[in-house]
Amino acid sequence: MEFKFTDEQIMIRDTAEAFVSEVSTSAAVRSAMLMPAGYDADLWRQISADMYWQALPVPEALGGLGLGYVELAATLEQTGRFLLCSPLMATTALAVPAIRLAASDKQQALYLGRILEGQVATLAHSGIKTHGSDINVQANVTDQGVCLNGISRHVLNGQTADFFIVAAKETFASGEQGVSLWFVDSGTEGLTIKSLPTMDQTRRLAELQFNNVVFSPQQRLGGEAKCQAQLLSTILDLAAIAVSAEQVGGAQQSLDISVAYIKERVQFGRTIASYQAIKHKCADMMLKAESARSGLYYAACIADEFLAGACDAETLAEAASITKAYSSEAFFFNAGCGIQLHGGVGITSEYDIQLYFKRAKALESFLGNASEHRERLAKQLLGSEVTL
Amino acid sequence: MKLRFSASDEAFRVEVANWLRDNLCGEFESIRFRGGPGDEHSFVEERKAWERKLGEAGWTCIGWPQAWGGRAASIEQQVVFNEEYARAGGPGRIGHIGETLMGPTLIAYGSEAQKVKYLPAIRSGDAIWCQGYSEPSAGSDLANVKTKAVFDEQAQVWHITGQKVWTSLAHESQYCFVVARTDPQAKGHKGLGFFMLDMDQPGVTIRPIEQLTGTSEFNEVFFDSAVCSADDIVGKPGEGWQVAMALLGFERGVSTLGQQMLFQNEFNDIVQLAKRNGADRDPMLRQRIAEAHIGLRLMRYNTLRVLSGSDQGELQAEGMIYKLYWSSWHRNLGKLAMDVMGADSEILEAEPYALNRLQSMFLFTRADTIYGGTNQIQRNLIAERALGMPREPRGNNE
Repeated sequence: MEFKFTDEQIMIRDTAEAFVSEVSTSAAVRSAMLMPAGYDADLWRQISADMYWQALPVPEALGGLGLGYVELAATLEQTGRFLLCSPLMATTALAVPAIRLAASDKQQALYLGRILEGQVATLAHSGIKTHGSDINVQANVTDQGVCLNGISRHVLNGQTADFFIVAAKETFASGEQGVSLWFVDSGTEGLTIKSLPTMDQTRRLAELQFNNVVFSPQQRLGGEAKCQAQLLSTILDLAAIAVSAEQVGGAQQSLDISVAYIKERVQFGRTIASYQAIKHKCADMMLKAESARSGLYYAACIADEFLAGACDAETLAEAASITKAYSSEAFFFNAGCGIQLHGGVGITSEYDIQLYFKRAKALESFLGNASEHRERLAKQLLGSEVTL
Repeated sequence: MKLRFSASDEAFRVEVANWLRDNLCGEFESIRFRGGPGDEHSFVEERKAWERKLGEAGWTCIGWPQAWGGRAASIEQQVVFNEEYARAGGPGRIGHIGETLMGPTLIAYGSEAQKVKYLPAIRSGDAIWCQGYSEPSAGSDLANVKTKAVFDEQAQVWHITGQKVWTSLAHESQYCFVVARTDPQAKGHKGLGFFMLDMDQPGVTIRPIEQLTGTSEFNEVFFDSAVCSADDIVGKPGEGWQVAMALLGFERGVSTLGQQMLFQNEFNDIVQLAKRNGADRDPMLRQRIAEAHIGLRLMRYNTLRVLSGSDQGELQAEGMIYKLYWSSWHRNLGKLAMDVMGADSEILEAEPYALNRLQSMFLFTRADTIYGGTNQIQRNLIAERALGMPREPRGNNE
């Protein structure tokens, strides 16, 4: 049984840990989250040029590192652990899978090339659900061109993206029909990017307003006219696994900084870590963090199997929902307990646990919360629908 | 990082599955899926016969060294065996205490004479063992053992006097291993001995404990000057605690995937029931069914991580959450089963108190979070050993 990191994967994890812990200190996070972009552009240049992390899951033939989802998960676990503010998640976990799964050879070379050079890309999938049913952008496709109208919300790092992959519905379509995905550059006429103020300041979200945004039909992801609802669902499953990696890192760090605090805090002449009520809460937090990690590694292995053609999209969807449901609640539970364990200082700005608490809530609602993923699993297991 | 077993382990899996398919049938059909935790009292004679059948085919003690009749099977093979055994509905192994606890302890710490005397009968499936650890005043605090062992120099035998409790299968066992105090002045971990006792003697009285299920899986065992030969102490007098703790370390998690397969069978029953009675359309029950599914899958991957060993010395920490995790999950499954049954969960199969399998599971899972270290003790251990938090203060008399 080799359900553990290889030596190379340990090296990747350790490198990420060493780098992120140094550049994403508490002071660095607090400085970055007040910048207009929501991150330090110099640090992003360092990450994209020196660490080359956005290239992790890009095939070697296209100039990437050709690594898998296990390596990506190992890296994002560390970025999540230290609340790294960067467009890495948007670029490498939202945009790259879309391009890899469906782009034509020409599009792969062009758009992955831009990403490898350090450009920021993201997915505008119009909403918070894992499925495409709440898409609010219409695509009017004619032989002359494509015209997008509507709004896409919750676009991760939309403020600074160089290009988007936009989910739209073709005007004739209803339900899940006619879902289509388009490459749109940020400077395109008619596209307005509005920054949304967010409770979690370490992650920026934007709203894209499309007002007669016109471009060539050749900018369709993959180039071929067909319904891309299943494709979008698969892209979001791969993305959800990446988000889980940041959640696992956050769940672990919420525990670790809380344990460090309670071992120092003395009341009634003893450290509060010596009280059983405190110890038991920490034990439950460790159980959540470790189990979330097991679920993440399983899902990352399934993602690699899926990308290698060794399992189907339904197996991937199951794995994504299992890890996203569990790690969403694990991170929130640990961050919430973390505040309680810190006592009064837990609700101050000064201590970092509040930053984890806000990140936990943000990641929980991003790409489907736990209830939504459980309902998806229920549908797989039971084959029936809810009746009220 | 790989999720799958190796090709040779998968080939071994097929061999196990084929043998079970060809042999767990006919006279043994009736004991499929029976005799597990909470059902240990059922089909005892048939399960003893099945144990001997396994023994003849070399499917007992597969992890033991070949010198003692085992297959020297790897951890992976043992896991695969247990998983297939449970998948096929193999009955609860009535010989498991001998095979997984007593045998490995003797192989590691026993004298040559002790090995020759006891191992072959465990290996053949003939000898059934039970465990004499807990006492009325030594539950979570196992070292607080009061049972006494007094050596009779003249007769060269030990006389054991005291009471054990929660002893599974005591009335079906030929032997019991007993932790008893050899030094009456000593307290706690010191001055204990580890004895192998013949249960068929006048100094041993067994009294079943009726549980909330109306059945009796556990027993009280009373020793009144029960006799144990001088040759039947493992280690020296005073080394009992070390042997007793080493014994608990031998299980090594190889049966945990088998246990999870039993859980999977129970979960599948609940899903089928929900589809039949319409509970599958209730949004809240759907959430809980999915939650149980997630929990069981993560239990598997927690286990695979532990079995794969650590990449940074984390193995012990990951392994330490296991008991707390599965017992809590299983207890919740019991509640879910009743809620899926709905109002029918209250109606029994027959008078006077015939529970169906899910009802029995619901009640018996309340024991899961207690035996083998309560959830509270597990949380103490996790906090103290994995997270480095201060130990619980001890009382004055220790």
